[in-house]
Amino acid sequence: MKHPEELKYSKSHEWVKEEGDAAYIGITDFAQDALGDLVFVNLPEVGDKVEVGEPFADVESVKAVSDVYSPVTGVVLEINEELLDSPEKINEEPYEAWFIKVGEISEQEEYLTAEEYEEHANSEEI
Amino acid sequence: MKLIFERSKEGRNLSILPSCDVPVYTPEMPLREKKLHLPQMSENELSRHYTELAKQTHGVNDGFYPLGSCTMKYNPKVNESAAALPGFAKVHPLQPEETVQGCLEVLKTAEEELCEITGMDGMTFQPAAGAHGEYTGLLLIKAYFEKRGETNRKKIIVPDSAHGTNPASAVMAGFTIVNIPSAPDGCVDLEKLREAVGEDTAGLMLTNPNTLGLFDKNILEITEIVHEAGGLCYYDGANLNAVMGQVRPGDMGFDVIHLNLHKTFSTPHGGGGPGSGPVGCKEILKEFLPGIRIVEKDGVLSTEKAENSIGSVKEFYGNFLVVVKALTYILVLGKEGIPEASLNAVLNANYMMKKLEDLYDMPYPGICMHEFVMSLEKMKHEKGVSAMDIAKSLLDYGIHPPTMYFPLIVHEALMIEPTETESKETLDEAIAVFREIYERAVKDPQDVQNSPKKTPIGRPDEVQAARKPVLRYEF
Repeated sequence: MKHPEELKYSKSHEWVKEEGDAAYIGITDFAQDALGDLVFVNLPEVGDKVEVGEPFADVESVKAVSDVYSPVTGVVLEINEELLDSPEKINEEPYEAWFIKVGEISEQEEYLTAEEYEEHANSEEI
Repeated sequence: MKLIFERSKEGRNLSILPSCDVPVYTPEMPLREKKLHLPQMSENELSRHYTELAKQTHGVNDGFYPLGSCTMKYNPKVNESAAALPGFAKVHPLQPEETVQGCLEVLKTAEEELCEITGMDGMTFQPAAGAHGEYTGLLLIKAYFEKRGETNRKKIIVPDSAHGTNPASAVMAGFTIVNIPSAPDGCVDLEKLREAVGEDTAGLMLTNPNTLGLFDKNILEITEIVHEAGGLCYYDGANLNAVMGQVRPGDMGFDVIHLNLHKTFSTPHGGGGPGSGPVGCKEILKEFLPGIRIVEKDGVLSTEKAENSIGSVKEFYGNFLVVVKALTYILVLGKEGIPEASLNAVLNANYMMKKLEDLYDMPYPGICMHEFVMSLEKMKHEKGVSAMDIAKSLLDYGIHPPTMYFPLIVHEALMIEPTETESKETLDEAIAVFREIYERAVKDPQDVQNSPKKTPIGRPDEVQAARKPVLRYEF
């Protein structure tokens, strides 16, 4: 499983792409693979506040519904509405399918590098 | 097979319906703009259609059905005979009370028996099923705190091994959820619970034994922690089959419970319903019970509303005939049979678990209650064969798959509940099948991944069905 070098990762399997003062957030290839085929995604609304370690979205696969946790504290600037109609994009291209764009970031968790995340994800498997 | 609408032929109909003896009333303004689309066919075509449908399904009457937490026990036919008695089946809910004394007695006796089994003081039969019962029970908790002026109590604590309906019902009833992780032994983490309770705690929802098939040994301490914080304890009765007649939720410290008559008390479910999810409670909550209460005066039964009733959660008496079936079951088994049923349910689960644990990984080994969970995580990793593949393969052997991918805290989970109504021979056959599938999965993973091969439909496209459901026939 390849995780892009330029992204940053959280232990709860989200990726962060920083762009200026804002950040795009999505879920990793490992996460989408573990969840299986996604059938629904719930996103927050523009203007909502997100907090480090708190769920901001949920994804539903044929197996279960799972929370997606925010690696940053800030305000939602944009949401990827395309995912609402086509959640399969998350399975197909997890690193293109961003969930939200967050601004006014006041706090962020300690990110993992691609290499560190790779190790972390492997340790979750047996 | 064809849909019933595809079989329809314009003008064809049933010929043997008796003529209607009620005057036909036609409103001056028809309420419906278009003529109703009903399939038109003869009685034998209709009969064949449903028989064909029935042949494509798998029920308790077809074979082993170890669907975890669903308690797919055999439903004795005597239940059906009792429920078919005209005095029960051919009554109207608005009939004068003096003409349905027998029905009222059924409700009253069922309430007494089930309160005895669960350690509760009162019960309503209105809720139609388990989650409906949860919602009703939570409304009782809400009414209780509203009456006491403790409107700050808005939080319901739910462990991560809970049924998904628990948090969903609590949110619907206007509460917010505090999720607490399980301890490594699969039971409630007492420290985490102590941290979670406070002045805003309305209650705790707990299934005991839990969804891992484990009886929480700290149950008295758990309910005490919640009570000391001023909250109430809700018992999800989904797994009562493991403990009925042995230990009572009321004695464990629970204040309100729901039962699934369609699981524990042998009434049909899973398409054969309807269900019934009665809610029992302690004295402190009785004044809020929904629907009617049955009272006896000079040997005559009548109905009344609870003093501060939350109202009705369903029409009239709930699914009354389901209560008749459950009461029949309780009276047939009696004081000796009820505890024997739970003992055998636990014995059967442990027997299967022991006979499979050398092949399948049991994340919570040791003694289980009425069900056990195995994990196919290693198999998935090494051979690419998932819990889903094993479950699908069972269909080729005439066995209904266990519950899959639940509880969520076990990866690649299969949750097996054999119930007490299966014989040792049936269990041995099922064990042999599980072992055979395991060996096939090791030798030829692809073969198992391609199963089932003998069923009318192989693998329905569940993803497409969820993403783009077709829910109505297009005329």
